[in-house]
Amino acid sequence: MVIAVASGKGGTGKTTVATSLALVASTQRAVRFLDCDVEAPNAALFLKPQMHGRKEVGTLLPVVQESLCTHCGRCAEVCEFHAVAVVGKKTLVFPELCHGCGSCILVCPAKAISERLDVRGVLEAGETASGIDFAQGLMKVGEAMPVPIIRELRRWNVSGRDSFEIRDSPPGASCSVVETLRGADFVLLVTEPTPFGLHDLRQVAEIVRKLNIPSGVVVNRDGIGDGGVDTYCAETGLPILLRIPIRRRLAEALARGVPLVEVAPEYTSALLGVLEFAAATAVS
Amino acid sequence: MKQLTVLSGKGGTGKTSVAAALAHLASQSSFAGRLVLADVDVDAANLELVLRPRRVAVEEFRGGKIAVIDPVACTSWGRCEEVCRFDAVLLSGGCYRVDPLACEGCAACVYQCPSDCITMEDQVAGSYRLSESRYGPLHHAELLPAQENSGKLVTLVKQRARLQALDEDGELVLADGPPGIGCPVIAAASGADLALIVAEPTVAGIHDMRRTIETVEHFGVQAVLCINKADIYPEGTAEIERFCREKGIELVGRIPFDDAVSAAMVAGEPVTEFLPHSDAGRAIVEMWIRIVASVLEGP
Repeated sequence: MVIAVASGKGGTGKTTVATSLALVASTQRAVRFLDCDVEAPNAALFLKPQMHGRKEVGTLLPVVQESLCTHCGRCAEVCEFHAVAVVGKKTLVFPELCHGCGSCILVCPAKAISERLDVRGVLEAGETASGIDFAQGLMKVGEAMPVPIIRELRRWNVSGRDSFEIRDSPPGASCSVVETLRGADFVLLVTEPTPFGLHDLRQVAEIVRKLNIPSGVVVNRDGIGDGGVDTYCAETGLPILLRIPIRRRLAEALARGVPLVEVAPEYTSALLGVLEFAAATAVS
Repeated sequence: MKQLTVLSGKGGTGKTSVAAALAHLASQSSFAGRLVLADVDVDAANLELVLRPRRVAVEEFRGGKIAVIDPVACTSWGRCEEVCRFDAVLLSGGCYRVDPLACEGCAACVYQCPSDCITMEDQVAGSYRLSESRYGPLHHAELLPAQENSGKLVTLVKQRARLQALDEDGELVLADGPPGIGCPVIAAASGADLALIVAEPTVAGIHDMRRTIETVEHFGVQAVLCINKADIYPEGTAEIERFCREKGIELVGRIPFDDAVSAAMVAGEPVTEFLPHSDAGRAIVEMWIRIVASVLEGP
């Protein structure tokens, strides 16, 4: 069963919740953890896995064999991203525009195009002291597209049906969040009770609705801000599964990379309750 | 004209709270009347919640296209599903259809379909907005949930802000940027004279700050840095300070953890206006003075 932890707004505590949820779940079942925030992955700082595997990933770029190419221009015609151009007797590929869809290869009448992997990031795998099977993606600095890396991470190893897979999502409410949520059975939405938290929660809750995945809310830093998030959750029927009050002690421990359940073991039973709720309402 | 973009890497470090306060301070300074604001975090556009501007114009923004299968003409051959590398073609009830959230817009299926029943259709991806705030014009946008954040909308907002500044003798474009290091960040940072990185002294914040600095350096943008919630983890703050010294990056401010910041957010005011004598408010004023002296009025 796959539980994705998302938030909309950054810095609301996705990684805090996801890592402690994984630690608590690992006392019961096999757990696989995927850090899908490939631009700014932080879960390893809390779970501290021993890394033992590594795989380079990226986009499959077309390679034109000039001796076979007739410069008919069909590849350039079908490319929606203008990543291929035929200029006189030369066929040019622009790697930063290519999405790796393979359409140019399929249409080339001379079969002159093959592919090579253009490395845009790495996947790393490891195991934590508590036996969590950990994997993360890391996009190369200067690269623009996180989605292919998240896609490869999801496909790298698939968890068994009776285990928990917990995915830590990037912030926002665009394509990289959608890629993280694909195939999830339950989404945990972490927010803070402020106008920013509410605004961005609405955005990501909209995606979850479109994907038709059951979800619940964690209100982090409860006690700051206002009642907007509570009102919104009540009006839209989003269950609030956990509240974590604002405490300087927690903030200081999290800053050092100490997981929530280590500094505050009293959250263990509440997190088990979240897992139970997720299992009971999940799509599969 | 100079462009200052606020960035962070890690989300939630305080970019928007800092940007709103700087907008307030800039409007009280020699930049008054020559300040243009931009919210280039189109994915989570929150600057408007603090500036509460009056809307002047809204324009539809069309992003990429997606494939649509005509269910009547479809002969259920399945070639589309075979060639799609994005798992976007689904077979449901004996019919193929495209999942609009998964479609990459590559059109590979369009050219491979034997019955010629797939077309590419324009998608409304969000909207561009121009508003008038009490500190100056605000260019912003809203990306619809689940749309591709390709940086195109970010670039549109940024260019509109720059054009207005150029047309009207503006001196400063102040942009509130997105988190991360990918496409929208590259779009937000490119062409900026200065990136103000809002760092947080936590292990996660430091990790992401390093990646953000590498990214802005990669694109040749000068960076200065401030530490938000600076007192929450003194060892972390010391590590950031050491990092700045080693890299030659100017540390322009240390903002303490202060309830005044979230109180101001709830009130819909920049902290420097709502609680000017709070610890955070005073720290941001000092930071603004340093940014102006060392960068904006510098060589």
